[in-house]
Amino acid sequence: MVSENADLPQNQDGSMTVKRGLAQMLKGGVIMDVVTAEHARIAEEAGAVAVMALERVPADIRAHGGVARMSDPGLIREIMKAVSIPVMAKCRIGHFVEAQILEAIGVDYIDESEVLTPADEANHIYKHNFKVPFVCGCRNLGEALRRIGEGAAMIRTKGEAGTGDVVEAVRHARSVLGEIRKLQVMGEDELMSFAKQIGAPYELVMETRALGKLPVVNFAAGGLATPADAALMMQLGMDGVFVGSGIFKSSIPEKRAKAIVEATTHFNDPDILARVSENLGEPMVGIEVSSLTENQQISTRGW
Amino acid sequence: MNIGVLALQGAFIEHIAILTKLGVKTIQVRLPKHLERLDGLIIPGGESTTIGKLAYFSGLMEPLKNFALNKPVWGVCAGMIFMAKNIGSDQPTLNLMDIVVERNAFGRQIDSFVSDIHVSVFSNGCKNPFKAVFIRAPRLIEIKGDARIIAMLPNGEPVAVREGIWMATSFHPELTADNRFHEFFLETVLITSKK
Repeated sequence: MVSENADLPQNQDGSMTVKRGLAQMLKGGVIMDVVTAEHARIAEEAGAVAVMALERVPADIRAHGGVARMSDPGLIREIMKAVSIPVMAKCRIGHFVEAQILEAIGVDYIDESEVLTPADEANHIYKHNFKVPFVCGCRNLGEALRRIGEGAAMIRTKGEAGTGDVVEAVRHARSVLGEIRKLQVMGEDELMSFAKQIGAPYELVMETRALGKLPVVNFAAGGLATPADAALMMQLGMDGVFVGSGIFKSSIPEKRAKAIVEATTHFNDPDILARVSENLGEPMVGIEVSSLTENQQISTRGW
Repeated sequence: MNIGVLALQGAFIEHIAILTKLGVKTIQVRLPKHLERLDGLIIPGGESTTIGKLAYFSGLMEPLKNFALNKPVWGVCAGMIFMAKNIGSDQPTLNLMDIVVERNAFGRQIDSFVSDIHVSVFSNGCKNPFKAVFIRAPRLIEIKGDARIIAMLPNGEPVAVREGIWMATSFHPELTADNRFHEFFLETVLITSKK
């Protein structure tokens, strides 16, 4: 991700370079879900690169049920006041007014997230209209490129949030990265048909093929709970990790948070991974993804 | 010539890509042993609190300070904060450059911007401005001692400094296709290694 930024279509001041650029600065880091200012301080102290301000972590959204919406702006402001690192917040898929509110508060990134209850069953937000950058979830290359086409400046795997089971994050990462590898060995005459098949904008398919990776930063998310999970996603080729319920649903959040930060940096060093994984207490309990029925799965939300 | 890029967190791949294109051998620095045989070091942009903590956890603080005593170091954005003597808060820094820096002083992400800047140390720096990308950028509040301003915004605000063999920029040359800052740093490394 170097010189290609210079040629990006730039809108007046919310230029794509600075939107994508912030995600580039977060690479190799851990973004942590927090529900209070106190959590946010713990996350910053442990070395998080950013926090995601929420009312409930995904495990609780899953347990409590009901409609999950954007958090109270007052809570988000409190968290922004508590830490010096970037603060992200979630809006519902397609709910552009929640996004306008989050932009008005001044959050640093908006996650148009399947973890909340979708507000539009056909369309995502047209994100080019905003000055604040967006991150969106994906399960495969087509979904990633549709979101980038709508203006997402950062992509993450969906995984299966709130389960503590990393299997879906692995599936989605392998799917995106595998399809990019496939794309690179295809003949030119196969590309239009491939774009049609995965439902992706042709120009972005061409760009991804030339770069050998997505045109934006690509993080892992959804079900990561241990330092080893984080290092696994990094070794698979992801640019960084989100950890949601995995930290504050574990028995010693401070220690686990710091361990996951170190594991994300030293992801290729098994001796350091062994040291930081010691004596972390109980991880979050977790739910095996294969035990969920289809309508209990969050990752199928989004179009 | 071997150039290290501190690879604890942040945009280190971008620097490595540019240096590789310029024909320079690079090494990702995560542990003290990676500093051996380096001729210069870039501290990339990222989150300065994270980079500081990881440097501390990884036993890199003293080795980095010792390295900087006689080797060129360039700090970008978070790297500028990490090199400063005074940042007004107690996060870990290398305490090298005689500058006062304020974190996030240009505002939050929605205040991030791109601007042409004039660079005094480029031979064509006045005629040919550098397009600089500022992301949640730190501000240079005071430049003291032997530190010298080398680049300014159109309004005269300083955004890059040099102090002997050290350099710091509050913006991100690795996010543009203009390699002049990287070439300038490599010249400093070359001159220093011949001494």
